[in-house]
Amino acid sequence: MSELETFRKEARAWLEANCPPEMRKPATGEDDTCWGGRRVTFKSDAQRQWMERMAAKGWTVPEWPREYGGGGLSRDEAKILRQEMAALGCRSPLDSFGIWMLGPALLKYGNEAQKKEHLPKIARGEIRWCQGYSEPGAGSDLASLQTRAELQGDHFIVNGSKIWTSYADKADWIFCLVRTDPNAPKHEGISFVLFDMESAGVSTKPITLISGSSPFCQTFFDDVAVPRENLVGTINKGWDIAKYLLTHERDMIGGMGRTSDSRSLGQIAAESVGVENGVLADTVLRGQIASYEIDALAFRLTMERVGDLAKTGKAHPAISSLLKYYGTELNKRRMELAMSAGGSDALEWQGERSHNGFTARAWLRSKANSIEGGTSEVQLNIIAKRIIGLPGA
Amino acid sequence: MPLVLNDEQNMLRDHARGFLSKNAPVAHFRQLRDSKDATGFSRPLWKEFVDLGWAGILIPNDHGGLGLGHVEVGVVTEELGRTLTPSPFLSTAVIAASAIARAGNDKQKSAYLPKVVNGDLIATLAVDETSKHRPEKTALAATRAGNGFTLKGAKTFVLDGHVADLIIVVARTSGAPGDAKGLTLFLVDAKSKGIKAERTPMVDTHNAARVSFDDVSVGADAILGQLDGGWDALEGTLNVGRAALASELVGASQEAFDRTVTYLRERKQFGKLIGEFQALQHRAADLYCELEVTRSAVLKALQTLDESFDKASAIVSVAKSRAGTSATRAVQEGVQMHGGIGMTDEFDMGFFMKRVRVCNELFGDANFHADRLARLHRY
Repeated sequence: MSELETFRKEARAWLEANCPPEMRKPATGEDDTCWGGRRVTFKSDAQRQWMERMAAKGWTVPEWPREYGGGGLSRDEAKILRQEMAALGCRSPLDSFGIWMLGPALLKYGNEAQKKEHLPKIARGEIRWCQGYSEPGAGSDLASLQTRAELQGDHFIVNGSKIWTSYADKADWIFCLVRTDPNAPKHEGISFVLFDMESAGVSTKPITLISGSSPFCQTFFDDVAVPRENLVGTINKGWDIAKYLLTHERDMIGGMGRTSDSRSLGQIAAESVGVENGVLADTVLRGQIASYEIDALAFRLTMERVGDLAKTGKAHPAISSLLKYYGTELNKRRMELAMSAGGSDALEWQGERSHNGFTARAWLRSKANSIEGGTSEVQLNIIAKRIIGLPGA
Repeated sequence: MPLVLNDEQNMLRDHARGFLSKNAPVAHFRQLRDSKDATGFSRPLWKEFVDLGWAGILIPNDHGGLGLGHVEVGVVTEELGRTLTPSPFLSTAVIAASAIARAGNDKQKSAYLPKVVNGDLIATLAVDETSKHRPEKTALAATRAGNGFTLKGAKTFVLDGHVADLIIVVARTSGAPGDAKGLTLFLVDAKSKGIKAERTPMVDTHNAARVSFDDVSVGADAILGQLDGGWDALEGTLNVGRAALASELVGASQEAFDRTVTYLRERKQFGKLIGEFQALQHRAADLYCELEVTRSAVLKALQTLDESFDKASAIVSVAKSRAGTSATRAVQEGVQMHGGIGMTDEFDMGFFMKRVRVCNELFGDANFHADRLARLHRY
């Protein structure tokens, strides 16, 4: 048996023994996701156990080095772990922006002290992070951000405000883009800093979205003192880190459609719309679903192919824009079809039957996918210029 | 298996591209069309394919072939799609060779496969009877007569039907049109009494024919595979053809796209390169994504045929459906973005549009395969 197959067997056995049965059912609400943090509340003992067991194993962040709380797995091993978790229906034990975004940035750009300080706390779910990128005046044109950080002695003094800060009101720390040189060209005066959300001068205000939830906040900084050692990388070179992280964010958002309902759209529709003579009773919807399934499978294979190309160094550096664009548009299509398939049942906004409007809220939430992390239009600009090589600024 | 070509496959692609761009560029196809060539393909070029071993690409070594896989077939058809090269490669080396190699008995394999390898036999599959691909609706009747059978009926859209030496005929030996059961494949000499082949010049100037069978007698030894149980062999054969065509569509659409992007970088209007206009940039970028996503599905379909042949139906339908849809967009944008010149016969873009239309239709169009996938997934 190859080493990988041995690993697969061991991983499966460990998951079978350690993943509580409740954690093998599809999530039906936002509180089914564990985000960790100082103020973490677990929905159930099973949720806590699952997170703690996975953290102890290093498998909340399977590919991070062991010394920083990770599992030290290779890419292939991590893929097998994902496959085995999917096969058993295991939920993600811990989701966080620390895992998806800050961690990879610190691994690449952080100094040793920063890695030792922050990464293990992310892996164990002790500190919950938020991302301070967009501002009221800097959306698609992110590099025009205006939040200032002036160096005074050992501290940066931060003033300004951020918007669309995901879960800022629940986060413990923020990684934040700030302008440290107002006179430099816009991409060259930006730095990447970390600070505690309990610092004096930080306040947050949740924004209610069309889905009825408030995953985003506006965040205000009023003379917030940030220790100088919390600067990541070089001063005024934060845009490099920002771009690197945007790539991660794009991969993540592009892949979102994968994690929702494990049933296929066709199955969902068959249950609610009905089947006549072996085919879905609504034949137009049937065609749309089949066409969606074709595109969705081809897209999953594209993520796989891009991963394989990356291994051989042949992936285009801007290819994450393709994944982000295509994946989010696909997810919006999926949610439109899920609403059609669900009919009036899917429109029920409250109550047990609809899990408090789970499908409807996910449908509305999906509309943000093609806006956050760089709009579809920004991705098309990037593809046109950087990949296809069309002219223009 | 990683979803990328390996080193040998990359070498094959580079070699095929080099060979075809030198010996069979689009100008070669244009010349064949303009000269109204009676066969519609170049026998000297086919001889060169034979010399390269391509006629036996799928045929096992013990019958003299290269014994390569479906990914390699796709590598070649993709390049043939780029150059629009007409040849019996698909009908003979891919579809017929696959059918005989997989379903044939030792005698049949020894009789036909070496001849395919040597270029001495052009062979094809005759399946469609109506204007849309519906293999289970086969009505052409094979009735028992003595120790053999008599074939009566007609086939349409038979690739290279007017030049084929051997026709693999899908016939009904029991059941009724609509039943998958009751179909049988027959290996029929094209010169048999009662066969009439009428070449049907198609919109893309590639080769097809209507073939009628008027009480054609064949022996029992002409049965390829199982009597009444030909469906699985037929589906396998069709899957190979569909995946190869999907790859040809990838090649044709990639070439149309590359030519269009080149034009966007050169053509000036309103004092600007038209590629600077965001209206065109976004459409080109979106099309780029569609083609890349299709490419992944097509490669996976080819790999699946190599790894688990009997489980390839779903992914082959995904590949063929996507390839048909995205190639259609590629050639439509190709003509539109070229403007007026894209509409002229002198310019090649129209050739790609025509070929894509035909490849899309052949062995099931995008809708056929979407329907097939839905059935496979039981909805």
